[in-house]
Amino acid sequence: MGTRATPERSQTADGSAHPSGDDRFRYLDAAMKRHRYRPDALIEVLHTAQELFGYLEPDLLRYVARGLRLPPSRVFGVATFYHLFTFTPRGEHTCTVCTGTACYVKGADALLGVVEQITGTHPGMTTADSRISLETARCVGACGLAPIVVFDGKVVGQMTPEQLAERVKGWLDHGT
Amino acid sequence: MELEDLIALTEAESSQHAEIEIRVCTAAGCLSSGSRSLISALEHAVEDRGLGDRVGLREVGCMRLCCEGPLVSVNTSTSDGTRVPTLYGKVDAAQAPDIVTSVEQGRKSAEALHSIDPNGPFFAHQKSVVLEHCGIVEPERIESSIALGAYRSLHRALHDLSPAEVVEQVTRSGLRGRGGAGYPTGLKWATVAKMPPGQKYVVCNADEGDPGAFMDRSILESDPHRVLEGMAIAAHAIGANQGYIYVRGEYPIAISRLDTAIRQAKRFGLLGSGIFDSTFNFRVDLRIGAGAFVCGEETALIHSIEGLRGTPHPRPPYPAESGLWGHPTLINNVETYANIPVILREGADWFAQIGTEQSKGTKVFALAGKIRRSGLVEVPMGVPLREIVERIGGGSPEGSSVKAVQTGGPSGGCIPAELLDTPVEYESLKALGSIMGSGGMVVMDQDDDMVGVARYFMNFCMDESCGKCVPCRAGTVQMHRLLDRIERGEASHDDLVTLEDLCDLVQHASLCGLGQSAPNPVLSTLRFFRHEYESRLIEFSGPPSSAVSSDPR
Amino acid sequence: MAVKTLSVDGQLISAREGQTLLEAAREAGISIPTLCHLDGLNAVGACRLCLVEANGRLLPSCLTPVAEEMDVQTQTDRLQRYRKQIVELLFAERNHVCSVCVANGNCELQSLAMRLGVDHLRYEPQEPECEVDLSHERYGLDHNRCVLCTRCVRVCDEIEGAHTWDVAGRGTHCRVITDLHQPWGDASTCTSCGKCVMACPTGALFHRGSSVSENVHDRETLHALILAREEKQWLV
Repeated sequence: MGTRATPERSQTADGSAHPSGDDRFRYLDAAMKRHRYRPDALIEVLHTAQELFGYLEPDLLRYVARGLRLPPSRVFGVATFYHLFTFTPRGEHTCTVCTGTACYVKGADALLGVVEQITGTHPGMTTADSRISLETARCVGACGLAPIVVFDGKVVGQMTPEQLAERVKGWLDHGT
Repeated sequence: MELEDLIALTEAESSQHAEIEIRVCTAAGCLSSGSRSLISALEHAVEDRGLGDRVGLREVGCMRLCCEGPLVSVNTSTSDGTRVPTLYGKVDAAQAPDIVTSVEQGRKSAEALHSIDPNGPFFAHQKSVVLEHCGIVEPERIESSIALGAYRSLHRALHDLSPAEVVEQVTRSGLRGRGGAGYPTGLKWATVAKMPPGQKYVVCNADEGDPGAFMDRSILESDPHRVLEGMAIAAHAIGANQGYIYVRGEYPIAISRLDTAIRQAKRFGLLGSGIFDSTFNFRVDLRIGAGAFVCGEETALIHSIEGLRGTPHPRPPYPAESGLWGHPTLINNVETYANIPVILREGADWFAQIGTEQSKGTKVFALAGKIRRSGLVEVPMGVPLREIVERIGGGSPEGSSVKAVQTGGPSGGCIPAELLDTPVEYESLKALGSIMGSGGMVVMDQDDDMVGVARYFMNFCMDESCGKCVPCRAGTVQMHRLLDRIERGEASHDDLVTLEDLCDLVQHASLCGLGQSAPNPVLSTLRFFRHEYESRLIEFSGPPSSAVSSDPR
Repeated sequence: MAVKTLSVDGQLISAREGQTLLEAAREAGISIPTLCHLDGLNAVGACRLCLVEANGRLLPSCLTPVAEEMDVQTQTDRLQRYRKQIVELLFAERNHVCSVCVANGNCELQSLAMRLGVDHLRYEPQEPECEVDLSHERYGLDHNRCVLCTRCVRVCDEIEGAHTWDVAGRGTHCRVITDLHQPWGDASTCTSCGKCVMACPTGALFHRGSSVSENVHDRETLHALILAREEKQWLV
């Protein structure tokens, strides 16, 4: 395994482009450095990696493992334990149906069914044309407005199946 | 920073108060209903009318009545100096000029606006202790918190009280952990304080994972300095110099406000080295969760802070003896820390006279589900559930009736409508097979099928099981399958027996609290709504479920 | 070293301070079933088979230190019932058809089932899709037989020091993995030492090409290695 003083890192210290040609690694290096390459920063670093790259692919995990001097199996084990980490590219849009208790009693199942039917996909998956990723959330904490659906990070409350269908169809039709 | 500086800041802040203050809720609920665009619209409207010097626009936290969001409160100073608030709900950005007009003309409300009575039943029956500044203080401005008294209790703890006296105050207050189990907070503090001096940690559990609960999120988004102050007081009391707040990754607004609050407190010398010119140092770092309910369990939370898989380990040893990196660690939840400043300010005896003999103080609940008024509710311990559901929440919406109230999330149970006179206390809820939990309260009506509810929670526990111990990992899968079969009418009486046996195993043999409490939703629905299960069994020959009352007799 | 006296199944026994209930009971000839436990590895208390009733509480004996005047029951009806249920749950969780397993006759799960009198399954088999990894030149991994005891993970980390193994996923989706969940043969950290195979209680990890009768998990070699490491004692 590589050691901490990898050539990549020493080259980026002066702010020049990352040798991989991908500047996102510079930000990732900076995040690891901020945590002084401590192994307990793994989850924080994985958050940063996912923010930068959108999802965690094996090479990226290997890069993090090397940076924090952790065994690769540990990094993979930790990353797959937490459901907010994803290992496949996401679609252009993400529709997240909240399945918390309040949303459940207010008909989250029906909402989920509507999206599944329109997109032909299931939670955790992305449509074949990479347009929409469907997700479920455990509870976004806006239960007073249940049922909740999150469209590309924007929380919308008191959702009806009709409104939801309109939104999702709009994405499919126009890609906007 | 010294006490005089706090006072000077307070004075400077109050001198800036405008004649008319418009407060807009910017907690997650109201933000999702458009309070951000409403604020810009209000800014424009104020500017257009040239009211900049008379009107102050404040971005505040949760005003509680979430179902009516976005909420706006207008506070006008009268001649005698008191402020009379007017509250508007479901305010659209297009209505911003109407609000400003009504403000300008001194009228209480314009016709087009939906005004809410701030003395109506939703508010009148609440008691604010933890939430006293929620919806008033500006969460992103430390000056606003200081003006309302933040960090005064910390000053007092550092200069007027010894660590032992702080622990004594907390013990005497009778405060119990607000995260669910209700362990006496003072006892926990005393245990960690008694551990030999050396590295110790203070951890705030803000991994509010119960679906249907949003108390901690609201507190963090609305009044973050209160939690920081509580943690600092705890650190002083037990001899820690490092704190961690473990927040759910699903709460981006809470995370960003905490981050801001920590940076501001550091800049003001209220966190960091030599706080209030004492020898006390306290640093706080944020740790962001990544979607694992089990991390609310304290040993799993410790693993997660250490960058590991969030699997629990058997207790003992308890974190108080061996926690983060093997050092004594105090873990309390958000609401517990939020109670601390007020206990030191008003005194343990003042706190202890609120609530009941066994359960002191108030409790914040997140009221949601099939209910007229949903939102954040704070009541003294011991009030009957009926008070919360019917008086504050207004009961079920028209055309439906309350069937059960679910408390405590996936670890709790369903309390049937007949038992709504039960007081909310740790012991009384436990006696009914539910738990206080962190304070999620979801109201269900006659359309809700209790087997379906039990299956829903079992699905949750199955998905959230960490997989370490066999009873929880494999037992929840089998229970979920059995519940599914019962729901579909394909199960026999033997299956019900197998289900009950599994409940017994998983409850008693699982490694951690998640597994041990996973059967609770099944057990409590079996206890109060057994007929809904039995009427679906293959051999059943009685009347169909819908014709049967849920009365346990 | 202080000595503690305690009662196990009504029998008074003495134990050294710091010993676990499991160790003390075994020294006194009282057998408690275990699965995730392996002498020389850190205990995790995960399988829950070694639960005992101590002073009215259910505690994992592999992790509970002995205490003076402890009153321990290891064989109550309730404990036997729980143990049987746990073994049944494990059988239903993956595919444990013994007749076609390389470990038949050398499997701890199989022995436990016989010892506890498990003769039928009350639970529906989960039948998950499990792969078999034969990419390593000497060893094989059959997830169908894995009981997630994590002995392989611990022996690789604590004794070999390679940390090739870990657990990925959560709940019922947990799987033991090598490196970044790549084929075992491609795992660059693996030293091919074979300790994981020695430690495995079932037929999940096995020597390639061995027939059923040959596939004895070489527990003795492993114990000798552990002893050498811990006590600086070599059995030559």
